[in-house]
Amino acid sequence: MQDKHKDGGMGNGEVVISVRGLYKSFEDIPVLEGVDLDVYNSENVVVLGRSGSGKSVLIKIIAGLLKPDAGVVKVMGEQVDKLKKKELRQLRLKIGFLFQGSALYDSMTVKENIEFSMVRHFKNMAASEVSKAIAEILDSLGLEHTENKMPSELSGGQKKRVGIARTLILHPEIMLYDEPTGGLDPVTSVEINELINEVQKKYNTTSIIITHDLTCAKTTGDRVLMLHDGKFIRQGSFEEVFDSNDERVKSFYDYNFIQ
Amino acid sequence: MEPISKQPAKYVISKNVDSFFSEIYAIIKFIGLFFKEVFTPPYEPREVIKQCYEIGYRSLALISLTGFITGLVFTKQSRPSLSEFGATSWLPSLVGIAIIRALAPLITALICAGKVGSNIGAELGSMRVSEQIEAMEMSAADPFKFLVVSRVVATTIMVPLLVMYMGLIGLLGSYVNVHVNEQTSFTVFFHDALVKISFLDYTASVIKAIVYGFTIGIVGCYKGFNATKGTEGVGRAANVSVVISMFLIFIEEIIIVQIINWIRYAG
Ligand SMILES: Nc1ncnc2c1ncn2[C@@H]1O[C@H](COP(=O)(O)OP(=O)(O)O)[C@@H](O)[C@H]1O
Ligand SMILES: [Mg+2]
Repeated sequence: MQDKHKDGGMGNGEVVISVRGLYKSFEDIPVLEGVDLDVYNSENVVVLGRSGSGKSVLIKIIAGLLKPDAGVVKVMGEQVDKLKKKELRQLRLKIGFLFQGSALYDSMTVKENIEFSMVRHFKNMAASEVSKAIAEILDSLGLEHTENKMPSELSGGQKKRVGIARTLILHPEIMLYDEPTGGLDPVTSVEINELINEVQKKYNTTSIIITHDLTCAKTTGDRVLMLHDGKFIRQGSFEEVFDSNDERVKSFYDYNFIQ
Repeated sequence: MEPISKQPAKYVISKNVDSFFSEIYAIIKFIGLFFKEVFTPPYEPREVIKQCYEIGYRSLALISLTGFITGLVFTKQSRPSLSEFGATSWLPSLVGIAIIRALAPLITALICAGKVGSNIGAELGSMRVSEQIEAMEMSAADPFKFLVVSRVVATTIMVPLLVMYMGLIGLLGSYVNVHVNEQTSFTVFFHDALVKISFLDYTASVIKAIVYGFTIGIVGCYKGFNATKGTEGVGRAANVSVVISMFLIFIEEIIIVQIINWIRYAG
């Protein structure tokens, strides 16, 4: 397994996403209880946590899909929950979001999935240019010959790739991956992990990767944070986080590597 | 929190009443948003046309069959009573009034609530729980506009067209029965069937159809768009869409008929 060994990440120092004192509960059940987070330019930050610990809720709040109960969430300097609809849409175009189940539009072909946001964003683009751009991105993600397939005809790994292609086509500056290797076999997981690193290098994106897969965390993360009971309990490089006798961390590690 | 069954009855009732009113408020807001979005660009004409086609495609066979049989059976069952008075020549007129004024709008609306409303609820519901709607929000498109506005516009256009179609098919069914029994010709039958129907009757039926179409679209979209809790929520969205839109259609029928009668006999 290759490892990034960039202790502490921190990119070139500019904060792209900043979260302060974030609280969120659903019907009186607290999910996030005081989350603080800074993500620096062009780093890959991994958020680890058990299912139901609120990882998806965290990035959905960052993307403006959910409203925080309290706290300040800033993305590229703008406070997300205070933006008007139009401003939010503008900001979201700079954010690529890979959803947990890929969330491909299941009534549309692969091409239409990718085209969908493209023709609405680049309104004056000629149809031939759109097709060319789509063919290019599909090629570069190893998705040749899938253009006219329906999502139901794709494998899990292909779905994730199409999900990534669909966001990359808008040239996002930030990528949010919600369990990118969830439900995939180990070999495909490794491929997706490599793809995440390639995307970071090629497009210079700032990313948050949510996962409970430690292989994914180790391969893709410049910095790892562990979410537990609504707070980050540890952060640092992968080794720093897991070099610990903390039961909450150890049980997580044991579960992943020793069974 | 305690499970509902263990809470005191008073609390459960007040909670239900509470959620009833907040739901009404949410629906009104949803309708308000529809009227705001339907008139502001960008428009999604291709999606509207696609949805119109889907609605027609999905309900045409059932509407044809039901319309034809309704016309035929209604005529057959009415004949004995009329023939007691030797008044079978009034049959076309009676059937015409019944179909155009009452049967075609109501039956079409109920069929569409069942076939189209449930489908919209299930489709949007599954898009919601599989995060496709959120994915759309993250792209440059507005899911409310693309999914909700286009579907509501489509049902509001298509239900009136389907009502007219069912009216025709129903009369055709009636004609078959009348022709077999009384040897009435096609032109005479349609002349007799439509002669008593006023402009107000046609207008009323079209208005009813527009209201029903809008109801089916908005209820299905609201329930689907706000579906929660996994695959179970999708089924519920589909199911509840049908029940609520049928219920509303009956209430609207009563109200509109009252208003029309008031206009009819006012002058
Ligand atoms: N829209 C919502 N409404 C109500 N509860 C929610 C909603 N979204 C998430 N939750 C709850 O918040 C908790 C955290 O969910 P989530 O962030 O999806 O966990 P995960 O870390 O597995 O991604 C769960 O208990 C879930 O039931
Ligand atoms: Mg999740």
